[in-house]
Amino acid sequence: MLDSLLKYLEDANFATAIREGSVLFPWIECVHVLALTLVIGSIAVVDLRLMGVTSRDRGVAEITAGVLPVTWTAFGFAVVTGFLLFSSNATTYGGNAFFRIKMLLLVLAGVNMGLYHLVISRGAENWQTAEATPTRARIAGAVSLFLWLGIIAAGRWIGFTINAPA
Amino acid sequence: MATQSLQIFCNWLASTALSQKIQTTEWIIPATQCVHIVAVAAVVTSALMLDLRLFGVRWQNQTLAYVTHRFAPVIWWALPVLLASGAVLIIAEPARALRNPVFLLKMALLLGAVLTTLACQLPLRKNAGFWELSQGRRRAAQILAAISLPFWVGIVFAGRWIAYVQV
Repeated sequence: MLDSLLKYLEDANFATAIREGSVLFPWIECVHVLALTLVIGSIAVVDLRLMGVTSRDRGVAEITAGVLPVTWTAFGFAVVTGFLLFSSNATTYGGNAFFRIKMLLLVLAGVNMGLYHLVISRGAENWQTAEATPTRARIAGAVSLFLWLGIIAAGRWIGFTINAPA
Repeated sequence: MATQSLQIFCNWLASTALSQKIQTTEWIIPATQCVHIVAVAAVVTSALMLDLRLFGVRWQNQTLAYVTHRFAPVIWWALPVLLASGAVLIIAEPARALRNPVFLLKMALLLGAVLTTLACQLPLRKNAGFWELSQGRRRAAQILAAISLPFWVGIVFAGRWIAYVQV
């Protein structure tokens, strides 16, 4: 079922064009890398504040207002370009262990973020300083940072375990 | 002549024990690339945050002095990490970078990015409000920000293209 779906995706016109062209894949990959640097960079600004490492004298809400629009815009670009890269060799990526690990880590990062918004961030408007930030928020920040570093690493290892320029 | 010397240098570097060790230890190159990417993320994000503040698009509720104090040092701390991790990658595969025109382009772009960032930040050392003293200065800072952003984007793009341009 999944195999035939991946094969179907791989045979789509746009996927074939990316696979067989010589410049489409690298250019899409460039945008993917730029987008993911902004995703992890901006999320790290929030995570490090939650952990009490940086911006200790600024409210969590002030920090998230500054960076989250950048995070979401960049994440949108990363998802679209990532899907295009994936489609060009869907069956190969689909069977790659590091690709699967990367998707799992992305889901976990999403769950962590969902928990943060639904439960952990209750009262966040009062977290004006690092001292006023509860332990549960510090842990959520550390988990997020750890997961995103794992996502970067898994992504890089995909390139070394399938047949592609590293 | 120069290209020949460079080729000899690359061959020598690739034959050193250190280079051989990196080449034959599978995880070193991808792990070093991860460090490189995280440091790039720190630099590019910090530069973007500073520029968005100068454009008045984000961080409007924070002073320029604070945004500079928060993000400018990140750029200068991450650059040595980039140089060190980049050096490991060059030692591992000297010709892949040093004989690659895209690598030279990347270094030229880096010079442009560093110079525009310095031009933006050095005046702030003496006076944190330097770029906000007049409408003209505000404009000047925005122009510097607008010039520096394409340099950083170009650096990221060139970095990826090094892998695709064969030498």
